[in-house]
Amino acid sequence: MLEAIFELFVPLVVASIIDRGIAGNDRAHIIKCCIIMITLGAVGLISAVSAQYMAARAAVGFATRLRHDLFKHIMSLSYGNIDELGTSTMITRMTNDVNQAQTGVNMFLRLFLRSPFIVFGAMVMAFTINVRAAFIFVVVIAILSAVVAAVMYYNIPLLKKVQDRLDKITLLTRENLIGTRVIRAFTLEKSEVKGYRTANDGLYNDQRSAGHLSALLNPATFVIINLAMIILIYTGAMKVDAGILTKGQVVALYNYMSQILIELIKLANLIVLLNKAVASGDRINDVFAIKPAISTVKDPGSEEGGPLGIEGNEGVNVPYIEFSHVSLNYSKTGDEALSDIDFTVNKGETIGLIGGTGSGKSSIVNLIPRFYDATSGYVRIGGRDVKEYDIDELRKMTGIVPQKAVLFKGSIADNLRWGNENATDDELYDAVRLAVCEEVVKGKGGLEGMIEPGGRNLSGGQKQRLAIARALVRKPKILILDDSASALDHVTDLKLRKGIEGIDYDPTVFIVSQRTSSVQNADRILVLEDGCIAGWGTHEELLENCGVYREIYDSAFHEG
Amino acid sequence: MTEKNSRRFTVNRIMQYVGRYRISAVLSLIFALLNVAAGLYVPILIGRAIDCIIQGGTDYKKMSLIILKAVISMIVSSLSLWLMNEVNNRLTFSIVRDMRNEAFLKIHALPFDYLDPHPSGDILSRITADVDQLADGLLMGFTQLFTGVVTILITLCFMFAMNPFITLIVVFVTPLSLFVARFISGHTYDMFSVQSGIRGEQTGLIDEMIGNLKTVKAFSYEDKAVSRFDEINTRLEGASRKALFYSSLTNPGTRFVNSIVYAMVALFGAMSVLSGGMSVGILTSFLSYANQYTKPFNEISGVLTELQNALACAGRVFEFMDEKEETGDAVNGDGKYPKGNVKCSEVDFSYDKKASLIENLNIDVKKGEHVAIVGPTGCGKTTIINLLMRFYDVDSGSITVDGTDIRDMTRHDLRSSYGMVLQDTWLRYGTIRDNLKMGRDISDEDMIRAAKEVHSHSFIRRLKDGYDTVIGEDGGSLSQGQKQLLCITRVMLSLPPMLILDEATSSIDTRTELKIQDAFLKMMEGRTSFIVAHRLSTIRNADHILVMKAGKIIEQGSHEQLLEMKGFYYELYNSQFA
Repeated sequence: MLEAIFELFVPLVVASIIDRGIAGNDRAHIIKCCIIMITLGAVGLISAVSAQYMAARAAVGFATRLRHDLFKHIMSLSYGNIDELGTSTMITRMTNDVNQAQTGVNMFLRLFLRSPFIVFGAMVMAFTINVRAAFIFVVVIAILSAVVAAVMYYNIPLLKKVQDRLDKITLLTRENLIGTRVIRAFTLEKSEVKGYRTANDGLYNDQRSAGHLSALLNPATFVIINLAMIILIYTGAMKVDAGILTKGQVVALYNYMSQILIELIKLANLIVLLNKAVASGDRINDVFAIKPAISTVKDPGSEEGGPLGIEGNEGVNVPYIEFSHVSLNYSKTGDEALSDIDFTVNKGETIGLIGGTGSGKSSIVNLIPRFYDATSGYVRIGGRDVKEYDIDELRKMTGIVPQKAVLFKGSIADNLRWGNENATDDELYDAVRLAVCEEVVKGKGGLEGMIEPGGRNLSGGQKQRLAIARALVRKPKILILDDSASALDHVTDLKLRKGIEGIDYDPTVFIVSQRTSSVQNADRILVLEDGCIAGWGTHEELLENCGVYREIYDSAFHEG
Repeated sequence: MTEKNSRRFTVNRIMQYVGRYRISAVLSLIFALLNVAAGLYVPILIGRAIDCIIQGGTDYKKMSLIILKAVISMIVSSLSLWLMNEVNNRLTFSIVRDMRNEAFLKIHALPFDYLDPHPSGDILSRITADVDQLADGLLMGFTQLFTGVVTILITLCFMFAMNPFITLIVVFVTPLSLFVARFISGHTYDMFSVQSGIRGEQTGLIDEMIGNLKTVKAFSYEDKAVSRFDEINTRLEGASRKALFYSSLTNPGTRFVNSIVYAMVALFGAMSVLSGGMSVGILTSFLSYANQYTKPFNEISGVLTELQNALACAGRVFEFMDEKEETGDAVNGDGKYPKGNVKCSEVDFSYDKKASLIENLNIDVKKGEHVAIVGPTGCGKTTIINLLMRFYDVDSGSITVDGTDIRDMTRHDLRSSYGMVLQDTWLRYGTIRDNLKMGRDISDEDMIRAAKEVHSHSFIRRLKDGYDTVIGEDGGSLSQGQKQLLCITRVMLSLPPMLILDEATSSIDTRTELKIQDAFLKMMEGRTSFIVAHRLSTIRNADHILVMKAGKIIEQGSHEQLLEMKGFYYELYNSQFA
C-alpha cells in the first residue's frame, strides 16, 4: 500500500522535471528529481517486500487453517454423510480446491490491496492537478468496475461448472484405475474411452465458454483506458491552450492514466485466477454446509457419576445391551432396513447374527457404536441410551472389525496401535496370537514390517486377521466381528473363534456371519430376515423351531 | 539422462502437441505481433499529440489526425488481443484434452505388472492435477511469455528509432533485472520442490484417511488423524510461506530495477531535451515505453516460475505416458468364440522374478468341464485366473484355448470369451441398470429375467428407484453380498463360452447361494468353468478339483476321489463341520 503511494509520486516528479527542469533549464533540479525517484523506488521496494511477506503469510495461514478445519469437518461426518458424498469429491475439494483458494487469497492481498490504491490514488492525484480533467478518471473507473463486476458475475458460475466437470473426469479416471480388471474382462475399454472422451469434450467446451468471457476482459479495459487517454489529451490540449494547465501537468495526467491501465491489465489477468478461487471456495463451503448427522454429547458423565455408567450398573438388574423396538431407515424414501428389532444381551455373552444378504445384520451392529442412529426406538448400553454417551467413549469400548478390512500405510505395529495407542509390544503380540496371524506378522518381518497403502501387500485373509487383531488390541468391552472372517478358510476360522472364546477380560461378542458353523457355538443366535427378527435362541432351539435358521443350516451342508 | 536433457525432452514433447495445432499457434503469434505493435504505436502517437499542445497555439487539425490514427491502432490492438486470447484458450484446452485422452487410453494399455503395484492415487493425480497445472502454465506461457518477448523486442526497436543513446542506457540496465529475477527463481524452484513434496505426503494421508473414513471413525481415530494431518499441515505452511514469499519477491525486485531505469530515462531524456536533442512529446512516449518495456520482465519472471512448475508436471505426465505397454496383440483375431478347450502346459509364473510362485502347472480342461480350484489363502488361485485371462503373461510354458496359444489371439477375443465374477466387486457411479448392462445392447426384459434368476431382483426392487437407483462410487451403501449379486447378474447377461468365478459368492449367505445355485448350474451348463472358492459346498459338483498349496497343485481329482485320498482336501472339507 505504501509502495503504491510512493509510486504515485513519480508522475508528479516527472511533471516537475518537465515544467521546472526543462522549461526553466534547471539541470540541478532534474538530477535532484531523478534521485528522488530512485529513493522513492527503494522505499517502494522495502514496503513491497514486507507487503508480499504479509500477503504470503496471510494466504498460507489462511489455507492451513482452512485445510485443518475442512479435514476436521470431514472427519466428523457420519457414515450416512459419507455414503452420500463419495470420497473422490471430498479428496479433490480437500486438495485442489483449497490450493486454488490459497492462490486466490494471495492474489487478492497482493493485487487488490495494491491496484485499487493505485487506481484511486491516481484519481485523487488527478484531482489535485485539475478537478475537471479528473472527472474523466471518475467516469473511467466507474465503467471499468462495472465491466470487471459483470465479467466476474457471469464467469464464476461457468468456472464452477468447469470444476464440476473436472470432478467427473476425476471420478471416471479413478473408477477406471480401480476397475481395470473388470473393464478388461468385459472388454469394455473402447466404450470406457468413448465415455471419457465425451466427458473430456464437455470439459473442453465449458472451459472454452468460460474462456470467452475472460478473453474479453483485457481488450475491453485496453479500449476504455485508451479512449479516456485520448479524451484527456484532447481536452487537456484545450486547457493548455487556454492556459489553465501546463504541459507537464497534462503529461502527469497521462502518466496516471497509463498507470491505471497497467494495473488494470494485471488485474484482468488475475481475475481469472480469482474467479477460480471463488468457485473453489463455494465448493469448499458446500462441504462445510453438511452437518454431521450424528452429534456427540459433551461431558457425558455429568448426570450419572462415572464416565460410562456401565460398571456401576453391573449388579443392578439391567440388561447390558438392549435394543428396544429399533427401526432404521437409510434414506427417507427407501424401505426400512430394520424394523422393530427388540432384544437384550447380557454382559459377556457371545451373540451370533445370521441371515440372508441384505437382511440387516450389519445394520444392527452398526447401531451399537452409533455409526448410524436408529430412526425410531432405542439402543441402550448399560441401561443408557447410546445417544447419551460421549461418542468417543462409546467407540473406545467397542472394537469393530468391518466387512472390508482396511489397513493403512505404516508398520504393522502402527496399524495395530490404532486400537490402543499405548499398547505394549507384548499386548500387540497377544492380540496377534488371538487373531491367528502370527505367521503373517512373521512373514512381513515382525511388528515393524511395513504395510503398503490400503494393505496392498497382503492377501484378503491376511488383512482380515490383522484387522481383527487391531480390534483386539483395544481390549474392547464389546467386540463386533462383522462378517470379518469371510476370507478365512475353515481351519483358521475355527482357531480364531476358539481364541476369542478364551479371552480373559470376557467381552460381549457379536459375530455376524453367513455360515451357521461360525455362530452355532454362540450363547444365543439372532436370525434376521428382511430387517426383522426371524429367530432368537440357541443353536439347538433354533434348529427346532426356526424355519429360516434350519434352511440356512441345511444349505451349508447341502448334499453333504 | 541429465536433468537438463530431460527438461528439453519434455519441452520437445509439448511442442509436438502444439504442432498439431500449428495453424492456431501461428495465428496466436501473428495476433500477438499485431497486438503489441499496434499497442505500442499508441504512445508514440500520443507523444506527438502532446507535442502539438502549445500554449495559445495548438494545432488542432494536426492533432485530430494523430488522434484518429491512435484510435485506429488502439482498436487493431485490442481486437487482435481478443483474438489472441481466444486462439490461446483453444490451443491450450485442446492440447490438454488430447493429453488427457491419451493418458486415459494409456490406462487401458498398461499391463497389470504396472497397475497392480502402483497406487491409483498417484496415477490419478498425474492425469488430473498435473495436467491441469500444465494447462495453467501453457496458457500463461502462450499469452504472457509470447507477448512479453514481443513487447520487449518491439519496444526496443521503437526506442532505438527515437533515440539510440538513451536506448543503450536502458539496454545496459536491464540485465540487472534479469539477474535479480534469475537469482530469485533459482531459490524459488528448490522451495517449490520442497513444497510439492510435502503436499504429496499430505495428499497421501488425505487419500487414506478420507478414503477409509468409516474405519477411522470406528476406531475413533479422528483426533489422531487430525493431529497427524496438522503436523504435515504445519510443515506445509512453513514451506509454502517461504516458497510463496520468495517467488513473490521477484516482482518488487524487478520493479525496483525498473524504477531505476525509469529515473535514468527521465534524467538523460530531460537532459537531451534541454540540449535540444528531443521534444517533450518524445520524452513522454519514451517514458511510457520505458514502463512498457520493463513490465514484461516482471511478468516473464513470474511466468517462468509458473512454467517451471508446469514443466515438472508435464514431466510426470509424460513419464506415465511412456510406461511400457502391454506386449503387442496378435493381429489375426477372427472374433469367433472358441469352443472352450483350455490347456495349460508346463506353466511357470511369478510376480516377483526373485521368488517363484507357480511352477510347472499342467491343466487340461475339455469343453464344458467344470474345474474348481481350492486351497488356503495366498496359494495362487487368483494367479491362475490372472494367467487364464492374460492379465499377466506366463514366464514360460503355454496356455492354449482350442489349441491356439492365447498369445496368438487378440486380448479382446480371449477376454470376451470369458465371463468373470471376481471377489472384489467393482461397481461404478451410476444407476443399477447401467451397472448391469455395462453399455451392452440388452433389453430390460432380459435384464430383469437375469436379475430374477440370481435373486437380485427382490432387493433391487426394494431400493429407492428400483433399477434406476443411482449407486455411489464402489457401490455406495450396498452390502458386499448385494454387490456380488449384481456382479453375477451382470455376467448372466452375456454368457460367453467360458466362465471364471473367483470367490463369486463369498459374501452371499448360503441360503441365497443355494437359491441361485440353479441359475449357476444353468449358466455353467456346457460352458468351461473355472471356480475359485473356499466354501467347499460350492465346488463339490465340479468335474475336476485342483487343490493348491503354495503355488503348486498338490492333489487333483473329483470330490469323491479326493475324499478317499484323505489328504489335504479331506482335512479342509471336514474343518467346516467341526
